[in-house]
Amino acid sequence: MYKKSVRRRRAVLALLVSLSIALLTVYFGESASGGLHAVQRGFLEVLAPLQEGANRALKPARDLVGWTGDVFDAKSENDDLREQNEQLRRQVAALETAERDARQLRALVGLNRSSRFPDGYDPVGARVIGRSPTVWYSAITIDKGSSSGVRTNQPVVSGAGLVGRVSDVSGGAARVTLITDHTSGVSAQLVPDGPNGLVKATVGNPSDLLLDFVQKGRAVRSGATVVTSGWRSSRLESLFPRGIPIGRVTRVDSDERELYQRVHLRPFADLRELDVVEVLTGQSNAAENAQVTP
Amino acid sequence: MNVSVATVVRLLVLVLAVVVLQLAVVGQISLFYANADLLPLVALSIGLLAGPVAGATVGFLLGLVADMALLQTLGVTSLLLIGVGYLAGRYRELRDATHKLVPPIGGLVATLAYAAAFSLIQFLLGVESPVSPLVIREIVVGALLNALLIIPVFAAVRAFLRADLIDDLRPRRRPVTRLRVTT
Repeated sequence: MYKKSVRRRRAVLALLVSLSIALLTVYFGESASGGLHAVQRGFLEVLAPLQEGANRALKPARDLVGWTGDVFDAKSENDDLREQNEQLRRQVAALETAERDARQLRALVGLNRSSRFPDGYDPVGARVIGRSPTVWYSAITIDKGSSSGVRTNQPVVSGAGLVGRVSDVSGGAARVTLITDHTSGVSAQLVPDGPNGLVKATVGNPSDLLLDFVQKGRAVRSGATVVTSGWRSSRLESLFPRGIPIGRVTRVDSDERELYQRVHLRPFADLRELDVVEVLTGQSNAAENAQVTP
Repeated sequence: MNVSVATVVRLLVLVLAVVVLQLAVVGQISLFYANADLLPLVALSIGLLAGPVAGATVGFLLGLVADMALLQTLGVTSLLLIGVGYLAGRYRELRDATHKLVPPIGGLVATLAYAAAFSLIQFLLGVESPVSPLVIREIVVGALLNALLIIPVFAAVRAFLRADLIDDLRPRRRPVTRLRVTT
């Protein structure tokens, strides 16, 4: 009897482990349009309304717990904000002058750009209904999918700045890979006339992003703003339009042995506390053409 | 554990409810720069209450549903949660699992082991960005949060499955011994 029970237990364990490994292998081997991916999207389609319902119903409880945590962070945040306010005041003065100059120059060359940002995109508002629980996958699930015009690789922003890009879509929901995910890369530049680089995540620290591939010798000052560079060549185009704010420079690491300096920045968007985001739809060609280009 | 159709349905409902609750609520609350994670806690609770087979099976289902809902690589979370549920069940068979400290300590250890194993798998699959030492802080704080959260989670799982459990894991009271006073 005991031996039978032990055999049964081991058999179940072996079966479950084999099944997991088989799923892992098949999933890695197949393309995004494969069978398992399709089943996954179908399942999300069914689960998304449940998630949305739970998200709405339990929001007060979530807010209460979140508020408790926020109280602890409030003091240090207050000091940071005062310092930022000082910097911003100086920047506003400089920008007003620059804007006046730019207006005159635009008039000279005949450009007429709308002040609405970003041009040519149709923002679709979406609610965050799920979040990956591990530190290794920085992703959220939103309640808008292909039925709302959301497509893979479209940029996602919050009121503060860049959040990430759509990495998978079902009919009524989509997965957004955040800029803090280890697979993420965003071509960016320091403004107003700073160098270009690639913004990468630092796993485990969502308050710290890395602007890599910035050549040594290029002046980078603390407090400078980093925005998407939105480059375009004859065949390829960046996924992200030009000028979406990403973050502010906090420090610069310069190692003599390295070719590039590593610029650390703090993202503008609070990626731990996202409730509502906007997907920039309407530029699917750019997204499709630039599937592997950050 | 009594296994009937009703038990299977109850377990499936539990798995679905836990995943929805984790993704829609618990996973979105950040305390001290970390998140609690219900998934290893529920796998652990089932293992402690119902044994290794039930623990491993529920662990597998929890991982599968979570990976499906998050459009993540299928199989990774399942593989790890099978381990959590199975080992908790084996602990129940080999040691005294009725002590009050077993769930909190188990929650702490299980979450740490789960997070460490998850990190190891990620390194094996390839990490394309630098890794901050703060990842350790996040794992440790998350495990401490889970050690607190296991108390209501364990009680809720036990209450939910009470009808199916053959021997409930309540701390056994010592029999009252009468003292005879002789003069």
